[in-house]
Amino acid sequence: MTIPTSVPITYTSGEQIEVYRFNIPVTVGVPLLALFLQAFVPRRLPFFSIFDLPLLVTIFFAMARRNPISGLFTGAAIGLVQDMLGAYPIGIYGIAKTLVGYGASSLGAKLDVENAGARFLVTLGFYLLHQAVYFTVARGMVNLTLNWSWSRGILAGVVNAFLGVVLYFVLDKFKQRT
Amino acid sequence: MESVLGRYRNLTILVGVLFLQVLGLAVQVKRSAEAEHTRLIRIWAVDAITPFERVLVWGQNRTGNLWHNYFFLRGVRAENRQLKEQIEQMRLEQVRLSEDAAQARRLQSLLAFKEQTIAKTVPAQVIGSSGSDLSQSIYIDKGSNDGIAQDMAVITVGGIVGKVLRVYPTTSLVLMINDQSSGVGALLEKSRLQGVLRGSPNGELILDRVMSDEQVSPGDILLSSGGDQIFPKGLPVGTVTKVNPGKELFLSVKVKPAADLSRLEEVLVVTEKREQEPVAESGGVRVRAADILAQRLPSVPAKPATVAGAPPAADENTAPGQTSSAVAKAPSNGAAKPPTGNAIKPEGTASAGPAGNAANQSLAHDVPVSGQPVTSQVLKKAVHKPVSQDSDTDVAAGSAAASNPDGSSVKPAKAPPKPSSAQSLPQTPASDDDPH
Repeated sequence: MTIPTSVPITYTSGEQIEVYRFNIPVTVGVPLLALFLQAFVPRRLPFFSIFDLPLLVTIFFAMARRNPISGLFTGAAIGLVQDMLGAYPIGIYGIAKTLVGYGASSLGAKLDVENAGARFLVTLGFYLLHQAVYFTVARGMVNLTLNWSWSRGILAGVVNAFLGVVLYFVLDKFKQRT
Repeated sequence: MESVLGRYRNLTILVGVLFLQVLGLAVQVKRSAEAEHTRLIRIWAVDAITPFERVLVWGQNRTGNLWHNYFFLRGVRAENRQLKEQIEQMRLEQVRLSEDAAQARRLQSLLAFKEQTIAKTVPAQVIGSSGSDLSQSIYIDKGSNDGIAQDMAVITVGGIVGKVLRVYPTTSLVLMINDQSSGVGALLEKSRLQGVLRGSPNGELILDRVMSDEQVSPGDILLSSGGDQIFPKGLPVGTVTKVNPGKELFLSVKVKPAADLSRLEEVLVVTEKREQEPVAESGGVRVRAADILAQRLPSVPAKPATVAGAPPAADENTAPGQTSSAVAKAPSNGAAKPPTGNAIKPEGTASAGPAGNAANQSLAHDVPVSGQPVTSQVLKKAVHKPVSQDSDTDVAAGSAAASNPDGSSVKPAKAPPKPSSAQSLPQTPASDDDPH
């Protein structure tokens, strides 16, 4: 069996999974745009603060690239910039998004996450993981008195998962096959 | 060893990256107890994001102004009329309050109180937020280049907003009062009960450290106590919405912020506060509490002058304030004619309404007499602003009543006024704080 050299393919459980890459403007611009919207829009539309656009972008890039190293560095970079804009010490979002980036890319390398249902579930799961890590670090290391609410966490997870499904289909346009 | 690292390369890198971040976090947490400076890396991140926010806010404002100022003018006339009526009402209220304020200043100066006042503010526009719903903070478009510094108070007309947490050259990060890491010294307006106002994780405001046996009820208004050394005392903070028994011996008091923290557009940064003793408007002469009280008491009308132009001795029964009032009235036109009843009206009637105020206004420029209490001038200054057309009429009437047809001058009189009409009777003061 001969593998075409132009399209590298990874094999997982006998299934062909494509690896994508993005050009530099998209790689830099989309996370920055997500961070910008996250900082700007909630002042005008307060309900928007329930979304976590940087997280959705992290998950998307990690799943599309299917490379754990790339995924964790993407998550770390986006999370750290998000920390820099906030009032708390730098690293809380960084740690949470590093883990999400690593996990999403590892999962993307093993599962087909191209369809909407899978994307919804993956996003919901990683949102909850992100929140759990964030709360753990914030309470354990920074001594912030955060209260966890299951109802709010799951609601926010579902809302983010819906937005994620829509956003991923938009961002799919920027994918380039390696 | 190499084979293990090679086999678990991804995991090793993950652990390494996480370790570095945890290390960095630990260093920051340790340093945050000391004086924290804004790190360069934060400045870069903020500089990358905020220019876009500025441009968008600028464009939004321009578009909004164009629409509201030139196209959407529906109901403006009615609103204008309503606002004018409101201004009239507020002027009347201002007259009353200014007198109370003047009295409070006098009493404070007697006790050598020191008060903190806002000396200078810088207006700023809200351009963004921190981007996290777990952190209640906003970015404003003014920074160190505009004189903003860390820990300055940020307020609106409605109430307090927060304090400056980090300062960048052209922007600043403001930690709002509903952030869980913020705390504001507050007191209840009526009961003067003090507590600490804290933010909760979900962005609500909780008044902390209030004992469970204290009387706090929904609707109570909270003011800043000044104890935090950031917010000057007396600024509106919020209103109590719910009171529940809290942990241990304390109440859990929920507060609705006075400023709409979720829809802030413009704020004021208090760049300069001044701590000073309140200055009573008494021309530098100390006023005794007895004088103030004496002015408030209605008394028997003074006897009329028997001979015009011949100043008799002062009536012994006349209270100091009344004497000064009567004296002050005479020289305004140099008339020998005894003043009308307005002259012996108790000073407490300064707040009786436009007519009374205006009558006193006509006396406001009189020269104080040596040895006399100058409180009358103080009260007159407090009500010096014109009130309405009616008051103008009364001013004219008062002046006319105090004038003399022949225009001859008269000494500052110790002449008691003539109780010529019903006006000469002491009027009931309308002031709320008057003992009568």
